[in-house]
Amino acid sequence: MKRWLLAALAAPLLMAQTASKPVLVPDVSQRDIEIRYSFTGADLLLFGAILYPGGRLPDDTKPTDIVVVVKGPTQSILVREKDKLGGLIWVNAARLRYRSAPSYYAIASSRPIEQLMNARTRAIYELGLGSLQLSPASSAPPSEQDRFARGLVDLKGRSALYVESPGAVEITDGVLYRARVAIPARVPVGRFTAETFLIRDGRVLAAATREIEIRKSGFERFVAYSAEHWSIAYGLVAVALSVLFGWAAGWIARRF
Amino acid sequence: MGTMDIYLPIANLSVNALVIILLGGGVGFVSGMFGVGGGFLITPLLIVYGIPPTVAAASAASQVTGASVSGVFAHVRRQGVDFKMGGVLVAGGMVGSVAGGWIFRLLQASGQIDTVIAIVYVLLLGSIGSMMAVEAFGAIRAMRSGAAARPRKRRHHPLVAALPLRTRFYRSGLYISPLAPLLLGFGVGILTILLGVGGGFILVPAMLYLLGMTTQVVVGTSLFQTLFVTATATMVHATTTKAVDIVLAVLLLVGSVAGAQVGARFASKVKPEYLRLALAIIVLLVAGRIALGLGWRPDEIYSVELS
Repeated sequence: MKRWLLAALAAPLLMAQTASKPVLVPDVSQRDIEIRYSFTGADLLLFGAILYPGGRLPDDTKPTDIVVVVKGPTQSILVREKDKLGGLIWVNAARLRYRSAPSYYAIASSRPIEQLMNARTRAIYELGLGSLQLSPASSAPPSEQDRFARGLVDLKGRSALYVESPGAVEITDGVLYRARVAIPARVPVGRFTAETFLIRDGRVLAAATREIEIRKSGFERFVAYSAEHWSIAYGLVAVALSVLFGWAAGWIARRF
Repeated sequence: MGTMDIYLPIANLSVNALVIILLGGGVGFVSGMFGVGGGFLITPLLIVYGIPPTVAAASAASQVTGASVSGVFAHVRRQGVDFKMGGVLVAGGMVGSVAGGWIFRLLQASGQIDTVIAIVYVLLLGSIGSMMAVEAFGAIRAMRSGAAARPRKRRHHPLVAALPLRTRFYRSGLYISPLAPLLLGFGVGILTILLGVGGGFILVPAMLYLLGMTTQVVVGTSLFQTLFVTATATMVHATTTKAVDIVLAVLLLVGSVAGAQVGARFASKVKPEYLRLALAIIVLLVAGRIALGLGWRPDEIYSVELS
């Protein structure tokens, strides 16, 4: 709340600098998400206020829209495409490498994104699953790149890692907005960004970013760290546990 | 059920703990009942549940280790383990599992690991399942007609006899070259890494029909080899693929060691011929399901991996 108050007080100053452009004051419900043993995903609430110059809502009838994008850390990935071999079995055939594909991408908007702006603007701001800049590492023909991009978006969509939710942003009285974004348990850890865009008349008038840190904590962090850095000890513990469990079960069974 | 959800720190996803324990319990029951490790069931089941294949194969090895421990102790008590033969098999198996780790990475890089695993599964399970089914049917028919089954003449394969450096394996009742079990162990070691299986379902028939070992020490010695080679496989996975999920392994172990004890008690009430037939049917069903998966148009044509 304090942050809001501060923003409201500073608003006249900001407005003096930015002349007639509105300003976004965004926030997220959680800046840090910790993965613990019971982690099944997180429900993020992205909310904020639109500050108009002079505190007055524009008096024309053009609607104001808000688009919220949450992105996970980018990954270098290899996408493989299966093909039927000799009319018998399905095997991996063609492949395409991407240098920086977002591990997670969720977009929520107050109206379907296609109605808000043209394709060029969507591509510039990477708004919408059809406008992701995936940067393929190899020079495949455009038709093949399109096919792979669609395949990747479909695949990630199945595990709720790429999500498009038109109409999920609620705007109250033209000044307050809120949207819920679900982060599934399968996301990788790292720095996530929550970007908010204010769109009017097909143009992006204001944008603001907040960062969210997702990390493993406690026991989960310890296990992941051990597996990576103390792999021999980790393997020995896994073997010891298996032997112990098997032996204990046999011992108990002989007594009852 | 919300409270039963548990996050797997290496697989990076959350699973229902109860489902995994029950899965382990079911496979443990089968393994206790038939005296097999159960790896050939647990790995495909975990993949169907949504666990990444590498994590499934790496963590299933621990489950097989746990399942074989109590069996090994039981067989040692009744002198059912040929330690000399077991030692040679383990030596071959350890080298094989290191070689298997290398093949695994090679196939992973080429993108064909899943297809190769599926084809090897279909071929192995299909042929061994059919042989077991035929043999069990014959035994049941002989039992029904009242004719005492003729004891099979115990003999090793002529190829085994041709190998040099013969030595005596007293408990197995053999005078053969140690190269034969060494090579056998090596092959099973590769399969352990690739398929996440203990290899008992290959080792037992091979010991009986290729080496010609005394029946009394076959199962115990096979379990002895399984115990050490799956432990090695866990170490190989822990240090190379780093895909052993200890939380997943513990959940599987809790279910499977309990299930194995129940299965072992249940097995003593059923005629062994019917047990062998039932195992043959399970093995053939798994092989058939995987074969269908290869030929059917997959749900998802695309797959993604980090590079």
